[in-house]
Amino acid sequence: MTENLLTVTGLSAVSDREGGMPVLRDVGLTLKNGGVRGLVGESGAGKSTIAKAILGILPRTVRITGGWINFKGRDLLSMKPQELRSIMGSEIALIPQDPQTALNPARRIGAQLADGLKLKRDMSARTAEAHALQLLADVQIRDPDRVMKSFPHQLSGGMRQRVLIAAAFAVEPELVIADEPTTALDVTVQKEILRLIRHMQSARGTGVLFVTHDLGIVAQICDSVTLLYAGKVIEEGPVRNVLENPNHAYTKALIAAGPRYDRPDAGLEPVPEAVFRELRQEIGIS
Amino acid sequence: MDQNLLVATGIKVTYGKHAGLFGSKPSTPVLHGVDIRIGRGQTVGIVGESGSGKTTLGRALLRLVDVSAGKIAFDGRDITHIPETEMRPLRRRMQMIFQDPMASLNPRHTIRRILTGPLLLHGLAGDAATALEQVKSVLDRVSLPAACLERYPHELSGGQRQRIGIARAVLMQPDFVLADEIVSGLDVSTQAQALRLLKSLSRELGLAMAFISHDLSVIRAVCDYVYVMRLGKVVEEGPCEQVFASPSAAYTRALLDAIPLPEYDPGWLERRTET
Ligand SMILES: Nc1ncnc2c1ncn2[C@@H]1O[C@H](COP(=O)(O)OP(=O)(O)OP(=O)(O)O)[C@@H](O)[C@H]1O
Ligand SMILES: Nc1ncnc2c1ncn2[C@@H]1O[C@H](COP(=O)(O)OP(=O)(O)OP(=O)(O)O)[C@@H](O)[C@H]1O
Ligand SMILES: [Mg+2]
Ligand SMILES: [Mg+2]
Repeated sequence: MTENLLTVTGLSAVSDREGGMPVLRDVGLTLKNGGVRGLVGESGAGKSTIAKAILGILPRTVRITGGWINFKGRDLLSMKPQELRSIMGSEIALIPQDPQTALNPARRIGAQLADGLKLKRDMSARTAEAHALQLLADVQIRDPDRVMKSFPHQLSGGMRQRVLIAAAFAVEPELVIADEPTTALDVTVQKEILRLIRHMQSARGTGVLFVTHDLGIVAQICDSVTLLYAGKVIEEGPVRNVLENPNHAYTKALIAAGPRYDRPDAGLEPVPEAVFRELRQEIGIS
Repeated sequence: MDQNLLVATGIKVTYGKHAGLFGSKPSTPVLHGVDIRIGRGQTVGIVGESGSGKTTLGRALLRLVDVSAGKIAFDGRDITHIPETEMRPLRRRMQMIFQDPMASLNPRHTIRRILTGPLLLHGLAGDAATALEQVKSVLDRVSLPAACLERYPHELSGGQRQRIGIARAVLMQPDFVLADEIVSGLDVSTQAQALRLLKSLSRELGLAMAFISHDLSVIRAVCDYVYVMRLGKVVEEGPCEQVFASPSAAYTRALLDAIPLPEYDPGWLERRTET
């Protein structure tokens, strides 16, 4: 039997802001040691909510109403706050969706990266700085020396995003939750980042939960994929199966919606209203 | 009439040149002489490496950052150094749509106020009722229900907010719209909707657009002409069909090869293209 790094079972949650509307409906997913699972679905489908539930950082207005999140044999949902704190940011690391708000605008990048290394990996200030510099080079930042001394607003969007990727990898976690980590990157840098993730995963067995809208990324880096709609798992399985033989009409429609440079006349077909109607009926929402 | 709406030549931008409060900062040259022209009603794509200066170029075209060399002409007029008072009436004609509409929509105002306010401010509508009429017809155009008017920005989904950003720009009846990475955070279906919308708006209204994106598939789908940037320079330009069919710059080829396609291709990640 293969050991799962992460097993989510029957996870349900409601949003108090939207009158108790369910945001997760009986979600189950597994991640093997060294596995990379893609988590896809439209805006509002609940991808970030799953990520936040695992990290224990849900907003007060989102309430978990059932389920388990098992990480290396322990249920994260019933763990004490200080136990959770020791795991988060060291065994489990997040690459957040929003690079604007995740960095402290008033501190230089070098200092922010070194903080994590000193705190979570017990490094001296000098070692932490040298290590931070190397991490920036690893994520393909051209002039790491300048970036170390920069404030967040002095970097381009893609550079800020790479700083956050470096910060997550810095702690050598066992599980990385990457919430749309490459949206602001050009494809050549994106490919290097995907390679870096693959390297971490094969060298150290790091598991990755990869939230993305891009089925191309899913095809090239993930081994399994979970598709959500309105908080419900619509399709799940090995990537190749799902892409080549999707079960659900919604999955097929999503594959057809993406533009393709190699087929300028294909793609750009929004998901038909009929498919959404069918989905809502299936889930039981009006 | 000149076929070109916006012509920029030899644009150079350097950040941090001015002596600040704490003495003069080290300066970072970012654009090293960029030429770009955008025809009336034309949609031009700008693609390139992260940090290559795409956003900076866009901001320079709109005179939101000062250029240290070069010339920008809009509708036949040199606007490179005209004072802000003369720039102001042109600002309505040059609109910008942002990647994160949340950051550019006032969170304390309803959508109604966000959209009608500028119409009244720029005198595009004589009174609130006329403004509301215009807003309603544009909302319809971007497929948003009129019920959105009474909501606040945070009460809309990301895709809906993005369409509010598009509606706000279009309401100003601009000649030129700069769209900076506006679809990269959207799911593919919402993205397809937004791209189709922009395409038909530009056709119907004769809008010229500069479309900054790191996604060549998106550029291929909406643009007529493409500029490829790297390290503050244009390394290749041409009509989309030509650049995509036979890219001449090694960097363009590398960009094309690095696009992940939704197909099983086990060797892809390890394949490298020299740049
Ligand atoms: N702070 C909050 N309080 C209450 N409900 C929230 C909060 N944040 C999000 N929600 C709701 O939870 C649901 C799922 O949101 P979530 O952020 O998980 O979506 P997502 O799949 O990550 O979407 P995106 O692709 O836009 O990031 C949405 O219906 C949203 O309105
Ligand atoms: N306010 C600023 N002060 C100093 N340097 C800046 C400032 N804004 C941008 N830069 C630098 O200018 C360069 C180009 O940045 P720009 O934002 O134009 O890139 P971009 O091509 O839009 O990148 P991305 O695709 O990541 O958005 C980067 O090296 C960045 O660090
Ligand atoms: Mg999210
Ligand atoms: Mg940019």
